[in-house]
Amino acid sequence: MFYSPMPMHIPDGFLTLPLALFLWLVSAGFIAAALRRVERDLDERALPLMGVLAAAIFAGQMLNFSVVGGTSGHLLGAALATILLGPWPAVLVMTSVVAVQALLFQDGGLLALGANLFNMAVLGVLVAYTVQRLFQRLVGGKRWALIAGGFAAAWTSTVAAALACGLQLAVSGLSPANLAVPAMGGVHALIGVGEGLITAAALAFLSAARRDLLTAAPGRQKADRPVLIGGMLFAVGLAVASPLASAHPDGLEWVAEQQNFIHAARAPFFELIPDYLLPGIQNEALATILAGVIGLILVAAVTVLIARGRRRAGKTGPA
Amino acid sequence: MSVPAPDPYPQGGSRLHRADARLKLLLTLGFILTAGLLPDGAWSALILLLSLALSAALLSRAGLARLLRRSLLALPFLLAALPVLFTLPGEPLAQIPLFGRQAVISQAGLERFLTIALKSWLSLLAALIFSAVTPFPQTLAAMRSLRAPRLLVALIGLMWRYLFVMVDSAERLLRARESRSAASPRPGLRSGGRLTWRARVTGGMAGSLLLRSIERSERVYAAMLARGYDGEVRSLTAAPFQPVVWGALIAGLAFYAGLVLLAWLLAG
Repeated sequence: MFYSPMPMHIPDGFLTLPLALFLWLVSAGFIAAALRRVERDLDERALPLMGVLAAAIFAGQMLNFSVVGGTSGHLLGAALATILLGPWPAVLVMTSVVAVQALLFQDGGLLALGANLFNMAVLGVLVAYTVQRLFQRLVGGKRWALIAGGFAAAWTSTVAAALACGLQLAVSGLSPANLAVPAMGGVHALIGVGEGLITAAALAFLSAARRDLLTAAPGRQKADRPVLIGGMLFAVGLAVASPLASAHPDGLEWVAEQQNFIHAARAPFFELIPDYLLPGIQNEALATILAGVIGLILVAAVTVLIARGRRRAGKTGPA
Repeated sequence: MSVPAPDPYPQGGSRLHRADARLKLLLTLGFILTAGLLPDGAWSALILLLSLALSAALLSRAGLARLLRRSLLALPFLLAALPVLFTLPGEPLAQIPLFGRQAVISQAGLERFLTIALKSWLSLLAALIFSAVTPFPQTLAAMRSLRAPRLLVALIGLMWRYLFVMVDSAERLLRARESRSAASPRPGLRSGGRLTWRARVTGGMAGSLLLRSIERSERVYAAMLARGYDGEVRSLTAAPFQPVVWGALIAGLAFYAGLVLLAWLLAG
């Protein structure tokens, strides 16, 4: 009956203690800020709404659909919660979901709960909020923009959480960064598509059934600048740190030296996913980062072009 | 990985069930922290912790087999720790072919891997035993009296109260989809149209689940108002620690501290 859709809940014993305690502190700080904001800004109606919605998101993680072979797409819910409630209440809702998964279902450890909260409740929500707001800034409040923004927010938050999880495992000395980060990122780039599709379809359903929920949602009213900047910083930090860490794994060099295949081998056996490199740039990390940035710019450009085309089509033909 | 559902209302008359929930929570957290603090290859300390966990499991009368089965939940995650076998410098133990090359397993790597596996298994076992002998409302009360933020505890409590309602609701949605789209009993034969169509159906289910939860929360709010809710969540103040509980807590924590100290001294 209960299914863990996301191989992302770190159990106890995997992270080094200082890292686990540090992430506990960071998450506690964010959750305390969220509690203060929610107590200040929202009325007493918010408590039952957040509580029941958290239960629904927990249950919603059971909903799946088959993709190919035995794999399936799942809902994780951070982006949906963010779009429906706004960033701070969403942090609290996802905190409840992750905490109950750890406390009641032992999905993720208790000492590692700080890290899991950081990845899924703090990072996931902040990044989802930033992406969603950027989409709205780009294309305005159209229905399809809301849905496409939901897809992008869901995908990015899933991948961001996975990359952070991979980095934490690498920092703890478990897997070399050039294995853990691309593996987590790669798997969740696919899982994120499933999550994004479900989120987009759920938003389409909600906008057809109860448009008022989406237009009146506090997250849609005014941009929360600190959250926006925080989400942006996290996203950029991850985009820079992941390829850097992958390019300089310490463990790998040792294996290569011991095996003495440092000159013999073209690609070391840990290299499961080939690098995306740009020709002409010597530094591997720099090249990977640049490739990522160029990809981002391309996506943004395509988005703007599509928006333009849509707007023009809306003027001439039936919308 | 699908796991058997935990009992939402653990009942039982064992000594562990009756013990103070705060004591159980603190000792469980202490147990996990202790496991985390042990050095690599501290086998005797780890085995001591294992015997502690197994005696608690037996004492709880929660069914050792069931606990052990559920404790395998974190097993897939061990994949993430597998590379330490090869990356840690040390005396080479064995060579295995991997992706067409020879990979060397070092002694230190093997020790680290086994330690991580044992630590995570022990921590999971402790958390399992804790939740098997502590009803969730008591866990929440313990968190509240240990100064967890009141609003957060109230939120988690409310979520827990509607958790099984919403899970049932999600299961009904899944069953309805299966009957609509004629799921075949033959494995591998998938039902439904294209990928985007399947995703849209699932998204619609998620949307209607959220909609139902939002509408339910409005009814819940009305019911809370009718019972005098004014924005403040009130709860009974917890009884102060009894001397026996203090004694047990101090003895337990001292035992953990001694164990960690000894393990590090022995490890040199």
